[in-house]
Amino acid sequence: MAENLINPENLVYKKTDVLTDRIMHYCPGCGHGTAHRILAEVIDEMGIQNETIGVAPVGCSVLAYYYFNVDMQEAAHGRAPAVATGIKRVFPEKFVFTYQGDGDLAAIGTAETIHACNRGENILVVFVNNGIYGMTGGQMAPTTLVGMKSSTSPFGRDTKTMGAPLKITELIAQLPGTYFVTRQSVHKPGNVRKAKKAIRKAMEYQKLNKGTCFVEIVANCPSNWKMTPVQSNKWMEENMFPFYPLGDIKVPEEK
Amino acid sequence: MAKRGDVVIDIEKCKGCEVCISACPQEVLALAPQVNNKGYHYAIKVNSDCTGCANCAIVCPDAVITVYREK
Repeated sequence: MAENLINPENLVYKKTDVLTDRIMHYCPGCGHGTAHRILAEVIDEMGIQNETIGVAPVGCSVLAYYYFNVDMQEAAHGRAPAVATGIKRVFPEKFVFTYQGDGDLAAIGTAETIHACNRGENILVVFVNNGIYGMTGGQMAPTTLVGMKSSTSPFGRDTKTMGAPLKITELIAQLPGTYFVTRQSVHKPGNVRKAKKAIRKAMEYQKLNKGTCFVEIVANCPSNWKMTPVQSNKWMEENMFPFYPLGDIKVPEEK
Repeated sequence: MAKRGDVVIDIEKCKGCEVCISACPQEVLALAPQVNNKGYHYAIKVNSDCTGCANCAIVCPDAVITVYREK
């Protein structure tokens, strides 16, 4: 009886063609996969697959160019906004996005990120913040929470010696070059829908040439947090969200 | 009565993260006792209460779920 439902006219959801069929290398339950998917869905829905150029970072998402079925460029560690600046200036009519993690964007690429946003380059920066260096084995990142254990802060992050976590998104929202700055998450269906809307908005603002759009996605890292994916999502809600509250930080003024 | 739906899971791409299971309001999904070629227990449908809400597919990090719903 259920079989008769499976035909194309009843289809409500399938994987978008902007994602390739390659199996992602991310750990089970990692927020990167969902973040990739919603970005690809936005590109698909806007019909801009041929006009989009992505810049991949270094970190867990270094292989993002295998998964997005759009033109991609790999950048040196942290330099994705600088590379995207060049691409956007040569092809001002294209849609350019960078996809970066917290180690890439908030640590090694702080200068490039801040200056690209300060210049107001018309690019979309997707920032996936999981509070840890995932690919290299769970070292402490600038965004690691106070007291959070990582392989280089085994007794928890101590602000006396290691400093306080960096809220780079709030920092970037202060810059005059940014147009739309928001923080979202992708751990629950409602949050995924909101995050997708935010990315859609940011992509559409890119047509207006008003400035940098910055979308932070707070994500989990089950492997390095040493939890199951479902536990890590719960831990993220309880610990990450009080420090990194979800919502729009800078929205364009309505006319 | 709620509309009937159905899901198709690409078991070879599934990594058994269980995020879809906790997102399903009808408790339709569970992990299979068997494993796929990569050694992961994959998600399967265990009853026919699916309403085609697509919540499972929306949270799936690996985009393995295709959702159908009667018109």
